[in-house]
Amino acid sequence: MAHPLEMRVLTQGIGEVDLTRIENYEAQGGYAALRKALKQMTPQDVQAEVKKANLRGRGGAGFPAGVKWGFLPDDGRPRYLACNGDESEPGTFNNRMLIEFNPHLLIEGILIAAYAVRASKSFIYLRGEFKKGARVLEDAIEQARAKGYLGDNILGTDFSQEIVVHRGAGAYICGEETGLLSSLEGGRGEPRNKPPFPAVAGLYGMPTVVNNVETLCNVPFIVERGADWFLSIGTENSPGTKLFSVSGMVRRPGNYELPLGITMRELIFDVAGGLLPGRTLKAVQPGGASSPVLLPEHLDLPLDFDTVQKAGSILGTAGVMVFDETVCMVRTALYYADFFSHESCGQCTPCREGTAWTARLLRKIERGQGTMEDVEVLKSLDTLMSGTTICLLSDFSKTFLMSVLKHFPEEFEAHIKGRACLAEQPQEVRSA
Amino acid sequence: MSAENGRAGAERAMENGAAQAAPWWERRAEDVERLIGKYPNSRSAIMGLFWMAQEERGYVSDEDLNWIADKLGLTRGYVDSTITFYSLYHLQPVGKYTIIVCNNVICGLKGSEGLVQELERLLDVKVGGTSADGLFTLQTTGECIAACDGAPALQINQEYFHKVTPERAKLIIERLREGAELEALSEEIGLTKPGAVWEEGD
Ligand SMILES: Cc1cc2nc3c(=O)[nH]c(=O)nc-3n(C[C@H](O)[C@H](O)[C@H](O)COP(=O)(O)O)c2cc1C
Ligand code: SF4
Ligand code: FES
Repeated sequence: MAHPLEMRVLTQGIGEVDLTRIENYEAQGGYAALRKALKQMTPQDVQAEVKKANLRGRGGAGFPAGVKWGFLPDDGRPRYLACNGDESEPGTFNNRMLIEFNPHLLIEGILIAAYAVRASKSFIYLRGEFKKGARVLEDAIEQARAKGYLGDNILGTDFSQEIVVHRGAGAYICGEETGLLSSLEGGRGEPRNKPPFPAVAGLYGMPTVVNNVETLCNVPFIVERGADWFLSIGTENSPGTKLFSVSGMVRRPGNYELPLGITMRELIFDVAGGLLPGRTLKAVQPGGASSPVLLPEHLDLPLDFDTVQKAGSILGTAGVMVFDETVCMVRTALYYADFFSHESCGQCTPCREGTAWTARLLRKIERGQGTMEDVEVLKSLDTLMSGTTICLLSDFSKTFLMSVLKHFPEEFEAHIKGRACLAEQPQEVRSA
Repeated sequence: MSAENGRAGAERAMENGAAQAAPWWERRAEDVERLIGKYPNSRSAIMGLFWMAQEERGYVSDEDLNWIADKLGLTRGYVDSTITFYSLYHLQPVGKYTIIVCNNVICGLKGSEGLVQELERLLDVKVGGTSADGLFTLQTTGECIAACDGAPALQINQEYFHKVTPERAKLIIERLREGAELEALSEEIGLTKPGAVWEEGD
């Protein structure tokens, strides 16, 4: 049963009805928004409504979708829509749920967005691991086609649209929007310099909109219920609901759809069932691996884009990872360092060398062979790896590390001076 | 891409008989053309063709790479440089089932290392190796596989299994050895259902 704080909009029916069947999706009002958009609204109307709703991108950056759509130049070239379903940010698993269990909502959102920006074709880029997601979406697309929602002359109008499901094959960087486009064009998923932004020169050099799965899943509701309804949920600058992926040391890990602005305390202690028995809270990453830690003192912080940023972190993907006293921050930083070093595409020296150095130094420290000088080198990487690279992976790769160096210096010292770990780790973790 | 990409190449090869006359791109010529036709530019089909090759023989062979380069009008160097960017493609033969255990932070905290040790024991291989019967290749990944609420999690040929305790690992291996169908097994015992509330710490 849903927790009273939960607000099921995008997730309505998930777990109760089989929404992969189009008739069940229609029975709860599905595809009515597409009909409304196509028959009663112009593309400009749809854009205006989404802009008014201030739908902020759910893929990490929080940029308003309606504004982004307005950047496409009107120069007669073909335009494309790419849905970002690469979902690879550690700690994040909400797109996957929407794809596997509410595929028609995503398809409807893509079709409406494609109509709004007058795209000639749409693509869904799925990470390679989402093989089931690809199956579910391919099947849902054929169901939608059979009902006249997709293909030529949708619902008897002169709007036509195809959606192509494209599977990646194991590369985190393909989630970065220009890396995604490079990959979709049939090459290495290497990010490109911006500007030009995808809106101007995206897929095959054409104007392209890239939006996250969850962002697009909000579009049908905004069209159907109106921007004012959307603005009535959440906070002033972060309207709407958000799917929070909660994991780590809580009793009920999972995806929870809640109004933006719910406090971290409500999310962790009410909705996700609280900590494991007898444990104490140490730190929380509110937005995936790329987010700096928040501390127990932040428990009453409302989780919305701007407030979390003011507190020194980012809401990012809302992949909320909860760490208690058994979690070693040095070791956690090492896991991330290995991850980012492996996922760096290698085009930029600060990122390629910096992520590798970080991993090497942290491994040394974690094994009790580090020096306090190593810590200083790590700190110096903060500026060396910032703001000089093609994409933000370099910047993001060290935000967690810098935050724990600041808030938990004693753990690094203990590993170095005492050759000991301060965290009381469960047996299976300590064994390595 | 064809939706029925669930079966591993080895399995399909066995079904079709070992001595195959026609290569996959001839037998599946229609699928190939449909895939290429989806894109404004044929080069975009490269990843789908890699996947197809891998479904057919379990890995992407030298012969496959030559054919794909030729088909899409690309150089072999370009094709090689592209495929090596992506970690899920195999360039060498692997077992019928490739098990990839998530070793990112949350799975690490929930016992992925113990899980890997248990799998090494069950299969009598080290990470990176293939079991003597040719059925299983064991790998780990530093990428989070978007299943952290079901940690520790793993994938077998990209099908999900969540909350894989040592006992459940044993069960999965047993069932696959008995010939269970992978996709169905994932649905049956992979804890893939939505909204499942998994109370922890009891
Ligand atoms: C290293 C890196 C990885 C990213 N991974 C993803 C991802 O997996 N999914 C996603 O939607 N956005 C990801 N993004 C953000 C995208 O670049 C882009 O901002 C987003 O897809 C835009 O959609 P939105 O405005 O709807 O959020 C990533 C960004 C960076 C720098
Ligand atoms: S910052 Fe890193 S991941 Fe991004 S383009 Fe440069 S090397 Fe590649
Ligand atoms: S850390 Fe393993 S699935 Fe996310």
